[in-house]
Amino acid sequence: MEKGDRIAHRNAFGRALVDIADKYPKMVVFDADVCASTQTVGFKKAHPERFYEMGIAEANMVGAAAGMALCGFTPWVSTFTVFLAKRALDQVRVSVAHANLPVKLNAAYGGLPTGRAGATHSSVEDLAIMRAMPNMTVLCPADAVETIAMTDLAMSIDGPVYLRTVRCEVPVIFDRDWVPTIGRAAKLSDGDDVAICSEGMMTPVALAAVEKLAARGIRARLLHYGTIKPFDVDAVVAASRECGAVLTIENHSVIGGLGGAVCEALADHAPCLVKRLGFPDVFMESGDDDQIFSNFGLDPDGVVRHVEDLLSRKRLRN
Amino acid sequence: MSLPLLGVPELEAKAKAVRRLVLETTHHARMGHTGGSLSEADILTALFFRVMQNRDLANRRVDRDRFILSKGHSTPGYYATLALRGHFPIEALQTFDSLGSILQGHPDMHKTPGVDMSSGSLGQGLSCGIGIQLAAAADPEMAGVRTFVLMGDGESQEGQVWEAALYGGARKVRGIVAIVDMNGVQLASTTAEAVSLEPIVDKWKAFGWTVIDVDGHDMGPLVEALERARTLSADGPVAVVARTVKGKGVSFMEGRHEWHGKAPNDAEFELAMKEIG
Repeated sequence: MEKGDRIAHRNAFGRALVDIADKYPKMVVFDADVCASTQTVGFKKAHPERFYEMGIAEANMVGAAAGMALCGFTPWVSTFTVFLAKRALDQVRVSVAHANLPVKLNAAYGGLPTGRAGATHSSVEDLAIMRAMPNMTVLCPADAVETIAMTDLAMSIDGPVYLRTVRCEVPVIFDRDWVPTIGRAAKLSDGDDVAICSEGMMTPVALAAVEKLAARGIRARLLHYGTIKPFDVDAVVAASRECGAVLTIENHSVIGGLGGAVCEALADHAPCLVKRLGFPDVFMESGDDDQIFSNFGLDPDGVVRHVEDLLSRKRLRN
Repeated sequence: MSLPLLGVPELEAKAKAVRRLVLETTHHARMGHTGGSLSEADILTALFFRVMQNRDLANRRVDRDRFILSKGHSTPGYYATLALRGHFPIEALQTFDSLGSILQGHPDMHKTPGVDMSSGSLGQGLSCGIGIQLAAAADPEMAGVRTFVLMGDGESQEGQVWEAALYGGARKVRGIVAIVDMNGVQLASTTAEAVSLEPIVDKWKAFGWTVIDVDGHDMGPLVEALERARTLSADGPVAVVARTVKGKGVSFMEGRHEWHGKAPNDAEFELAMKEIG
């Protein structure tokens, strides 16, 4: 895969499972009747004896995975984000997070893009939930390259991991050999006019916005938060002190996700002007993903517009 | 080192000791789930002192039988059994529920020696037990391992129990034994008044489990039933419906939902200890 290729996270995740299967012989995969959607089907075909089809019963799936994890196996539990983070939330909380077992949660179909499935299937609040969950590591890869790298890295984390991926195609932004550091934000562009913090599939959007801003003479620092938890406080505190204004952008509600984490860190250490871009406190509806993202300002032009607004407020302050 | 094989009279004496420790524990803590701890005492005694295999104290063997207290609130009975079995000193029971104790309100595998899996939110244990048996099927070092999951009848109102029952039966999961402590009483009322589980035997049979219906307080038949369940589970899932009495052994607690989550006061404690003998 090359920069600019459009690849869905789920395809990258499915490929990664097959690629690392021999490296981790005690890795197993659970799915709840959506293996063709989450793309665990490739692993199912390659290693049928290590694949567990649990039927449409997510609570039991999470518990069974916890049981296997008790015995030295490392299970991936794969289904749509809404079901993993909400329907099976109590099982994730008690049987996985409190027990602190190395169960890896593949939260496929994160955020808005679900193939126009609408409110019930679009997950706008899962990052807020998982970020507040003790023992949980929360990962939001930007592109296919990072999804593959994080699938492998998740296996080495001693405890539960929530890997949030998206259904739609996303342009590849990282070099093929990119290896993220868990717990550190990646600085993808430097600048001190404004800082942009992005997560997951919003990072390619932010990257395009940074180029547009540069053309207007605005030097934006882009921090990609591929790890939402543990949260890299230092990176955003430095950004606040050096840029004086921070815009956050996420494929999630503006409540409790990346924007929430940024505001918590800045309130504690370095308050500054902040604009949070994401979904307001509403459920999604069916429709074209790009159109809905644009309506909420979650596209390069929206980012540019909000950055300019933020900068005018910053000038008024100074 | 394996346990000496205890006979029924010795097991009955152990169960009495568990009941006395339950009362001492909740009386001292001034809280705790007394009723369900007394109903499960004979089942726990039979499992931990006779039926379960390879549970060495010094060495958590990979091929040991596993136990999950899915009705996780009934810790006084569980901790009393583990203490008597030698996993930690009996004096530790005096710290139950207090800050910093190894004995939490609900079982914590990271804090309490002898606990295989944390639990507490009802309905989750059977799924975890099935997962352990999926591991046993995939790992030759776990050959012969059994997992016993103790559930409440009230707990069985949770949907996840039946997701697990469905999966266990459909896939003929081997080595899993679900034990239902059918004490007929839950927090706020009798189970019949809340949402009845009957006909419970028919339900488990319909889900594809071999069912053994037994008196959960008659030690001889109880041990026989659990040992038979252990053997039969080699071929597929087994459910043991243990007919019990909530608060068993203390007349003023028996069958009364008021004793679900309550500790005896000084006078009640004296009386209860006399009745247990």
